[in-house]
Amino acid sequence: MDLEQLTREASPWLDASGPHSDLVLSTRVRLARNLVGVPFTHRARDEQLVSVLGAVERAAEGAAAFQRGGLLKMHELTPIDRQFLVERHLVSHELSDGARPRGLYVATGERLSIMVNEEDHLRLQALCSGFQLAEAWALAEHADEELEGALEYAFSDELGYLTACPTNVGTGMRASVLIHLPALVLTKQIDKVLKSIVQVGLAVRGLYGEGSQVMGNLFQISNQTTLGHSEQESVESLDRVSRQILDYEERARDVLMRDAKGQIEDKVWRAYGSLRYGRSMTSEEVINLCSAIRLGVALGFAGLPPLKALNELLVLTQPAHLTRRAGRELDAPERNVLRADLVRSHLERANYETGEGSRG
Amino acid sequence: MPKPCQNCQKNPATVHLTEIQDNRMTELHLCQACAEEKGLASVPATPKFSIGELLANMVDGMSTTEEERVGPVQCPSCGMHYSTFRETGRLGCADCYEAFGAKLKPLLRRIHGSTRHVGKLPAHDGAVVTPQRQVQRLHDELQRAVEREEFERAAEIRDRIKTLEREARA
Repeated sequence: MDLEQLTREASPWLDASGPHSDLVLSTRVRLARNLVGVPFTHRARDEQLVSVLGAVERAAEGAAAFQRGGLLKMHELTPIDRQFLVERHLVSHELSDGARPRGLYVATGERLSIMVNEEDHLRLQALCSGFQLAEAWALAEHADEELEGALEYAFSDELGYLTACPTNVGTGMRASVLIHLPALVLTKQIDKVLKSIVQVGLAVRGLYGEGSQVMGNLFQISNQTTLGHSEQESVESLDRVSRQILDYEERARDVLMRDAKGQIEDKVWRAYGSLRYGRSMTSEEVINLCSAIRLGVALGFAGLPPLKALNELLVLTQPAHLTRRAGRELDAPERNVLRADLVRSHLERANYETGEGSRG
Repeated sequence: MPKPCQNCQKNPATVHLTEIQDNRMTELHLCQACAEEKGLASVPATPKFSIGELLANMVDGMSTTEEERVGPVQCPSCGMHYSTFRETGRLGCADCYEAFGAKLKPLLRRIHGSTRHVGKLPAHDGAVVTPQRQVQRLHDELQRAVEREEFERAAEIRDRIKTLEREARA
């Protein structure tokens, strides 16, 4: 596995090729699994964790789903490289501490990966572009079945897959969609919608930046429970609720375009101007500007960068990605300048490739 | 004057993270540097469930009296005490589920609204799933199908149950 190559490219599952990519950035399904006979990660000795790493590596090497993949051992990576993998959504904070024998087995294309010795011995995850819950589940299930041929999982007939935390026991599955809801935020309906999501038993997270404004208008919706419903049922109910929210969002967009078209156009094009010509930018700025432009693309404004380029910027402009690219430690002001440089060159390339956009 | 960062207590907090889970809202106020360090200054990386603490609280409020009555419980396989689970929200090994079974049941019901797994089974673990269990599972499925008025599917399930019961008798 070559980190150098990853530095230059954004995650392939952010390529905006999936259905509803103008509203949903990505879909993820993760499965928690533990090996029989080994205590859960936090109670296991280091040598036991080393043997788990070995067993998972051998199982993944023998699985067609993980072809041409490889194992990255967290304790052998620098803190920047570990953070880099966190920014790519491949590794959690818990896995990235570098203190214990933990690893990431990642297949080419980064759509399938296994965090080894996270809270559970295995956290298998499938990532898909856009809104593709059934596909992500199929991908994860298939990989799970292949691994099962070589690994014996801790399982109880009554409680299902046994996990370190009782919130995951049963299916061990967490399915989620990362969804862009700018119109619901602008029309101030978002709180109502978020509350209703929680009421139907799903979990929702928004990321807040300076002030009370949600950063990038991005929300992650996921299933909350893992006992009493099959994986299929959980995926279907998340799918159903997500579609409803997409519908609300689209209706809110229609209202905005009917009542405030001029203001929306102004907001979108000013955001594009700042992103395209700015010379120093924080992460938060990039995320917020990309959100406004994304709305413009979804509303069909001609001449804006493609969704793929906007998705890629969300990953490529994060701190560890910039540090790796620069090849040295950066302080915040330096990083902001480099970030703006990268944004400009990325947008120029995207415009050139698509033949669209303002020629600046 | 903005609030200081909850992590370093030095810089003003500029990143405010709000999470809504289980109808509860938790807030985190960090400065840009600490937020970046924690990877929070951008798109959420992975669902970060601060549920351990929440869980520990839940268990705490619930089973103190029970623990007093039954005395401390320890898992025979990994040696984990039930009280440690209450503090951390994490079990020590797969056998803890068995060891703490009676105490975990009400907790599982509160978290999931159920105490029984419905979903996929490990492919090569067939021995664990007895025919009776399989029939029980199908009965559950049948009931759900009827509730949803999926009668064709219900008929299929009923046929499968009959076949299994015939096989079990043979």
